[in-house]
Amino acid sequence: MVHAHETLFKTLADPTRRAIFERLCRDGEQTVGALTARAGVSQPAVSKHLGLLKQAGLVEDRHEGRQTHYSARRGSLAPLTDWTNEMTTFWEARFDALEDLLKRMDQ
Amino acid sequence: MTAEIRTVTVARDFAHPPEKIWRALTQPHLIAEWLMANDFVAAVDHRFALRGDWGSVDCKVLEIEAERSLSYSWDAMGLESVVVWTLTPTAAGTHLRMEQTGFRPDQEQAYQGAKFGWAKFFGKLEQVLAEMDAGS
Repeated sequence: MVHAHETLFKTLADPTRRAIFERLCRDGEQTVGALTARAGVSQPAVSKHLGLLKQAGLVEDRHEGRQTHYSARRGSLAPLTDWTNEMTTFWEARFDALEDLLKRMDQ
Repeated sequence: MTAEIRTVTVARDFAHPPEKIWRALTQPHLIAEWLMANDFVAAVDHRFALRGDWGSVDCKVLEIEAERSLSYSWDAMGLESVVVWTLTPTAAGTHLRMEQTGFRPDQEQAYQGAKFGWAKFFGKLEQVLAEMDAGS
């Protein structure tokens, strides 16, 4: 349950990475070069951030000639926006387990 | 959605007295039966961990009022929240309420998790998602 969030949270905890991701969401597909021009960090650093974003399933890449284009993956943030729903499901299940325990405590 | 308080509330009526539910909420071997393995101690400021197969939750006891209420912080994956349990006696037993609250941008000092800028991030999330939808 919570595990699904972990990678997303950790990946987006970095402000530079978050800025790159937000930029891809806002402006659509970009090359590493275009992202570097705006990111304020070196191209190898941007590439590393993109690698981690890709690992987390937040972005996908597309190769065209010598260029790699990155874009945000639609729906990748759904687990975060569903936090409230997921926690509710978690606690409902825990309440069920508590109810079972209370019955057993009678015996 | 805005980056305001996010709250999850689950409540249920149990046909068991508050005293018994209180034990299930505060005795480590009983907590382990329905929640997670833990080193809970019912003492304010006591730090404990809940350990599941997916990882652990760092907690600290905040308030205790025997057989009436219990609250502890609930920190997992850089997200900080507070869990409050409230027990209300009823004719048939106990009304048990769990409220988990997190992400308060107006209390950034209180929520150390804000160091990651989560409140800001969640504030933007809706906007970002809306733009992704618009762009499709």
